Amino acid sequence: MSFMPVILWSDALVFLLIAVTGVAVWYVRRHEHLLLPWRRVTHNSLAMVSLLVLSLFLLVGLLDTLHFRSVLPQSNGGEKVYSPEVLSVFDKLVDPLRTHTEKTYSAPFALTLYARETRTDAQGNVLREFPRLQYGGAHLEDVSRRDADVVVRALIGAGLGLFVGLLSFYLTHRKLHCASGCDRAVSVVTMILTTLIGAIISLAAVYHVLGTDKVGQDVLYLSLKSIRTGLIIGTVTTLVTLPLALFLGVAAGYFRGWVDDAIQYIYTVLSSIPSVLLIAAAVLMMQVTIDTHPEWFATTASRADLRLVFLCLILGVTSWTGLCRLLRGETLKLREMEYIQAAQSFGVSGLRILTRHIMPNVMHIVLISLVMDFSALVLAEAVLSYVGVGVDPTMISFGTMINGARLEMGREPMVWWALASAFGFMLVLVLAANLFADAVRDAFDPRLNRTEVGV
Amino acid sequence: MIAYLFRRILYAVPILIGVNLLTFALFFVVNTPDDMARMQLGIKRVTPESISKWKQQHGYDKPLLINSTASGKDKLTDTIFWQKSASMFVFDFGYSDDGRSISREIVTRMGPSLSIALPTFFVGLLVYVSFALLMTLFRATVLDVAGVALCVVLMSISTLFYIIGGQFLVSKLWHLVPISGYAGGLDSFKFVVLPIVIGVMGGVGSSSRWYRTIFLEEIGKDYVRTARAKGLSELRVLFTHVLKNAMIPILTGVVVVIPLLFLGSLLTESFFGIPGLGSYTIDAINAQDFSIVRAMVFLGSVLYIVGLILTDLSYTVVDPRVRLA
Amino acid sequence: MSLLSVKNLVACLRNGANIVDDISFEIAAGETFALLGESGCGKSMTALSLMRLLPDGVVHAGGEARMDGARLFDLPEREMREVRGGKMAMIFQEPGLSLNPVMTVGGQIAEVLALHRGLREDAASERCIELLDQVGIPDASRRLDEYPFQLSGGMKQRVMIAMALAGKPKLLIADEPTTALDVTIQAQVLQLLRDTQSQTGMATLLITHDLGVVAENAHRVGVMYAGQIVEQASREQLFGKPLHPYTQKLFAALPSAERTGQALCAISGSVPPLGSITQGCRFAPRCDKAWALCHEQTPEWTVVAEGQGVRCHLYGRAEDRGLMTELPSPLASLPQAGEGNSVLNPQSSALLQVKDLQVHFPIRKGILKRVVGRVKAVDGISLAIAQGRTLALVGESGCGKTTLGKALLQLIVPTAGSVRFEGNELIATKAARASMQMVFQDPYASLNPKMRVAEILEEGMSALKIGDSSVSRQAHIDALLDKVGLARDSKWRYPHEFSGGQRQRIAIARALAVSPQLLICDEPTSALDVSVQAQILNLLKSLQQELGLSYLFITHNLAVVEYLAHEVCVMYLGRIVERGTTEEVVGTPKHPYTQALLSAVPRIDGMGREYIKLEGDMPSPVNPPQGCHFAPRCSHAMKICAVYPEARRCSKTHLVSCHLYPDT
Repeated sequence: MSFMPVILWSDALVFLLIAVTGVAVWYVRRHEHLLLPWRRVTHNSLAMVSLLVLSLFLLVGLLDTLHFRSVLPQSNGGEKVYSPEVLSVFDKLVDPLRTHTEKTYSAPFALTLYARETRTDAQGNVLREFPRLQYGGAHLEDVSRRDADVVVRALIGAGLGLFVGLLSFYLTHRKLHCASGCDRAVSVVTMILTTLIGAIISLAAVYHVLGTDKVGQDVLYLSLKSIRTGLIIGTVTTLVTLPLALFLGVAAGYFRGWVDDAIQYIYTVLSSIPSVLLIAAAVLMMQVTIDTHPEWFATTASRADLRLVFLCLILGVTSWTGLCRLLRGETLKLREMEYIQAAQSFGVSGLRILTRHIMPNVMHIVLISLVMDFSALVLAEAVLSYVGVGVDPTMISFGTMINGARLEMGREPMVWWALASAFGFMLVLVLAANLFADAVRDAFDPRLNRTEVGV
Repeated sequence: MIAYLFRRILYAVPILIGVNLLTFALFFVVNTPDDMARMQLGIKRVTPESISKWKQQHGYDKPLLINSTASGKDKLTDTIFWQKSASMFVFDFGYSDDGRSISREIVTRMGPSLSIALPTFFVGLLVYVSFALLMTLFRATVLDVAGVALCVVLMSISTLFYIIGGQFLVSKLWHLVPISGYAGGLDSFKFVVLPIVIGVMGGVGSSSRWYRTIFLEEIGKDYVRTARAKGLSELRVLFTHVLKNAMIPILTGVVVVIPLLFLGSLLTESFFGIPGLGSYTIDAINAQDFSIVRAMVFLGSVLYIVGLILTDLSYTVVDPRVRLA
Repeated sequence: MSLLSVKNLVACLRNGANIVDDISFEIAAGETFALLGESGCGKSMTALSLMRLLPDGVVHAGGEARMDGARLFDLPEREMREVRGGKMAMIFQEPGLSLNPVMTVGGQIAEVLALHRGLREDAASERCIELLDQVGIPDASRRLDEYPFQLSGGMKQRVMIAMALAGKPKLLIADEPTTALDVTIQAQVLQLLRDTQSQTGMATLLITHDLGVVAENAHRVGVMYAGQIVEQASREQLFGKPLHPYTQKLFAALPSAERTGQALCAISGSVPPLGSITQGCRFAPRCDKAWALCHEQTPEWTVVAEGQGVRCHLYGRAEDRGLMTELPSPLASLPQAGEGNSVLNPQSSALLQVKDLQVHFPIRKGILKRVVGRVKAVDGISLAIAQGRTLALVGESGCGKTTLGKALLQLIVPTAGSVRFEGNELIATKAARASMQMVFQDPYASLNPKMRVAEILEEGMSALKIGDSSVSRQAHIDALLDKVGLARDSKWRYPHEFSGGQRQRIAIARALAVSPQLLICDEPTSALDVSVQAQILNLLKSLQQELGLSYLFITHNLAVVEYLAHEVCVMYLGRIVERGTTEEVVGTPKHPYTQALLSAVPRIDGMGREYIKLEGDMPSPVNPPQGCHFAPRCSHAMKICAVYPEARRCSKTHLVSCHLYPDT
């Protein structure tokens, strides 16, 4: 084998998350009444478009989660030696983007660096000029032909993308003989997206579409890599939040008495500390632990990864209290419902009432709160990384990108592209998540009256 | 009322003890003082002597909970827990790494923090509630839909963008106000106006949308129908009936943060160079000054609990059904 | 000249379904016109259309309404606001929700005065006090500054009425004004409405589902069904000779003492969903006189007599009539349930025997949660139920009857006393779970929405380990569904797919799944429409005969008691004040409270007993009055009432706790 698969902690958690989601989907599909609200979501075209965009992000994130270490050419007495660098399938797919690093800043589609360099030409004259980039637009002999070249490549890429889009439309629509308004919106957006992606792929092959950063890394690559970090923060955190909030909240509401007192005490203590400060304190301490135990980590990637997982853990520990309080309140209401009393009059055990009667009836709150929290967490990552208590500085994330680019704000003319790309990608991700979350909330919230469930 | 306040303050004690124990565990048990010393001094250059010197300087050279070598009450008091954690109950926060009194620093930095946080809070509340009322008044029309869409977009934008974008546009491009800095007295206006505007902007999306939901929920209730049946105009229904009732859920979320305004905003203050508690905290985090972070955590939770008590008190003002006894 | 005339009024949902379809009626000054109908028939929407206050999603789609010559639907909104509250005022069903909780009573009335009468400040508060006096609120000047939560339900409805009167309207729309109130309070409020009408001469549009209320208050009646008025007549005409099959059925579905031995004439099925029937008569699917024409052609409005009209093919043109039947077909007669006047001997054959049962809820305060008081919800109750008999527990809300039911099932742990089932003590044991079960009031809250019917029915069996295999359990479930009259394949469906009546059948099946001997029915029909109530009562009665079940029937509805119960206990503030056979208690009530309760029930025969007015509301069970709990409201109260009266025997089976009767 020319590579060794590596499963980082965060990867493992993502796989766990996928497994859990898979089981949930399988379960929901078998139960008509659980499927019903999801049907409502699918009838919302804005939600479906958001989901489409989100799934693109998810795809990038997932590809970026399959990690491996490739084998090095030299061998150590017959034993294979693996590179210390941990790569992902996504890295391999966009290899040119990753490896084509320039010296320092360059603007989008630029052919030259952003800073003048001193160069001595053949005649011995000392020149101050913008040197040509090593990769960006290197195929062009004639600098003035750049604009035309960009247009041509963009059109070719867009054309190919559109073709793929149409093809997929044709293939899927032969199977599904339906064309509701929702379908149409999704199809149109699919076309737009494939066209756009086609153009970008074709351009990115030879240009730095979004420029390069201080150390010459392609900003498009950085932005795409940041997606995984954002997604992990937004999703893995729920693995911590969910069980804590669900079990404690429901138990507090159902059993009341001292159980309730104890759980309320815990969450009041936790929520009384302003969350940023608690996170900061916890992350600082984690940093100390990590820094004083360098021997725990084989690669820098695994170190950065563990820090990410811990960050999720800390975010989870600080953010379960809200959901817990919500679930406790709802359970207090539910336990007075007559169907619970009917079960009690049969002598059904407390645990069984919790799992059969209460939990299914609070799941909509859990789901709404999870999808609503996702975007908040993605935004929080950027802020925390900026404050210095976020992800490891070596880990590519929206926060670290913004943090790095911010220092160049004062520069004249300004280096704007790294900031713009980070904010742009983040906006699209968070907006899509918010719109989808809204649709989920509308579909699941029983307080919004609906006509379809019998008047 | 007095009895109620007294009881509430008593309730707060176990919470604060919990917070105190939690921070103690976080700062002294998860990592030993030795670890911290090693970290602070740089992992490579560290020697046992330098560690013990560092610990002595910071007062971390004592046992954690019980000093078995001391006698009498010193057994308990001559410990890290007593001197570093329990002392916070009397607001004795000790000294920061650069040797300054944290308590004094907190007092002097509260002013600048408040000069930004208070106006942001009140202007913000006014803007959010008015925007939400407007959307409610035009509910189910194009205006409302556009308003909600705007809110969703605004809340999808990172706070960092508002700050960076605002600084770039207002200060750098238009040169209206200085990019950052602070001055006392009236001069402070030109320094605080941008942070305040940006602070308000940052909350428009989520807050207005949330208030709109509250208003819409109230407007669907029976008493609103009664008010309309009296012949009141829609505006009067909204302002005299709905607004009064909606204040109850709005207060729950709003009053609790008022005391926390003292802490300032981490981001705004560090971006705009405001010498408040927010930038104090962020500097401490970057310099890994644990005493300051610990002090801020404790102070934060004290203020939060004050906020909870204020929330209860404010209910007596807006909700006649609540009587504190 | 009528005050209000409505012609061809139509209101529809956004999706086009007409929920008010072609309604026409007129109201003369000083007259009460009642719109009678079951839930969802569009009667409230008719009223809201007239006020132009339809909720979002419902729109006025046609027709006109004239009031004092003004066309209501053509008025600009500004002028319409003057009509609302000024010419036409409205009171609603839930007085608790219809008043602004954070505004004082005086403030809310003053708003109307300022708007429509130009009264402000002192003049306004003076008028407020007058109005509150007028609606019978004691100590009016003090009440002015109180908030709605400080008032009882009946008081709140009085405030609503005062608020409506403040603008001196010519028409009062009362939308189910007494549905949320107890029967004695209802009598007070209905009396108040009649009195104010005779004083002010205003017209009233009374919206109700209760035939009794109509009989007592209305001059003319419109019967609504599925968005249409199907019959309109004067009260005398309607109660003398109802014409429309639906109206006839409504009368026949009412439970009463005379029908004790018979099955009630239930209307099969339930009210069709809005807009589902566009062709033919809307009642045809449930009508046993319907013929082909009824399903094809919508019947026209036919005037049968002076002031009486009907929307039915039976009274249409002669050539259209297929068959014309007379009044309701003879009711199917059931064998008499037990001997009606058998000698009660609770000591010997009692299935359930309750002795001195107490349920007190401690009120805790302060950090240490000291007990500062007790809510004596159930305060020393003894009763017995024999095999195959029905004991009705009657009382108004807050008297502790539901708490008693739950305490019997050990859902609430009793404070003291004993509950014996077939001689075995139940308190502090979990025995007899299977032999005693409960049917709850609200069929929408009593079934878990996330469970299939089969799972709901199986739960009790598996918890109590009844039926060894899943095959036998499934067979049992099928049998249960047959028994309660539901299709077998409904076991794979979820509760939201059923109507209220069907859900209550499921709830009964669930209770029966563990083969109990005693069912505690907690107001099982109070959330249901009259026609559906009859179905459930019939079901309960036939189950009793078939399975020999005993019922503890908790209710506030005396008509149901007369129809169903063998014995009655009347409860007031946690204690039983009178008990005996149904004939004794209902026929010759002894306790002043029972007498007042019975006199307050509106009767459809219009021959209500002399109305005994009860002062005030039921006191709080936290500190009940010293001595006889009822004394403060009792017109016969004497000195001796300061001591709680022992139960006295009026006959072998009839006991009453009142000093009016000689000690035995």
